[in-house]
Amino acid sequence: MSDADPEITLYRLQACPFCERVVRVLDDLGLDYASRFVEPMHADRNVVKRISGKRSVPAIVDDNTGVTMSESANIVEYLENTYGDGGAA
Amino acid sequence: MELEFEVTDLPASDHPAVGDVAPDFTRPLVGPEYWADASLSDVVAEGPTLLVFHPMDGAFPTTYMYNAVDDHGFADEVQVVGVSASSPYEHKDLLEERGAGVRVFSDPDAGVAEAYDVENDLDGMAGVTEHRPAVFLLDADRTVQYAWVADEWPAFPDYEDVAAAVADVA
Repeated sequence: MSDADPEITLYRLQACPFCERVVRVLDDLGLDYASRFVEPMHADRNVVKRISGKRSVPAIVDDNTGVTMSESANIVEYLENTYGDGGAA
Repeated sequence: MELEFEVTDLPASDHPAVGDVAPDFTRPLVGPEYWADASLSDVVAEGPTLLVFHPMDGAFPTTYMYNAVDDHGFADEVQVVGVSASSPYEHKDLLEERGAGVRVFSDPDAGVAEAYDVENDLDGMAGVTEHRPAVFLLDADRTVQYAWVADEWPAFPDYEDVAAAVADVA
């Protein structure tokens, strides 16, 4: 929904430290991303469940690679392996 | 409604008129599942759009306006997007109660209200500026097809006029 339509979409919760951890890595790697904010109540996060299989955030969808992933440690590892120095992309 | 006294006037507004191109803006746009920054131009590119400015979520004029939008089924005909000073969290609550198919922009600093000249500096709520009731029907390049802005506090659009304008573009 933004001008550039970034390939990476981050589902996040305002002030969630795990989400901010992912944001930091995205910024460090210079990656463009679109933020979609969801609600604090797990029960109200059907969109996240639909894309990732569970209601936890952060979750990312990377259209560059077709990867959808949750859990911040997994996401950070994925981003660094894919887009960091010596990464695949 | 006939009252035995004068309703408070609002100042004259230099709002976008029919034939003008409505100002573009980017704000968080709240839908049923999440919110994300979106520009008005992105929204109108999807089709004719009824842009509805309203007071804070929870104020009775807002409730009346969403009830009217629902009763007339405007969201079945065109895109309907609201704008108010309320936060995305309040918009989520609003959309759970009414406004089926509607999305709502969050404009807490009323910058969009300033751009459209529909600001309402609230008496008795220091530091709070919100949006006066206003309705603009936009085509895909943001050209205004219908415009109404409240000149009294409160005032409501003639929904039959809105319906006729919507029928012309839908």
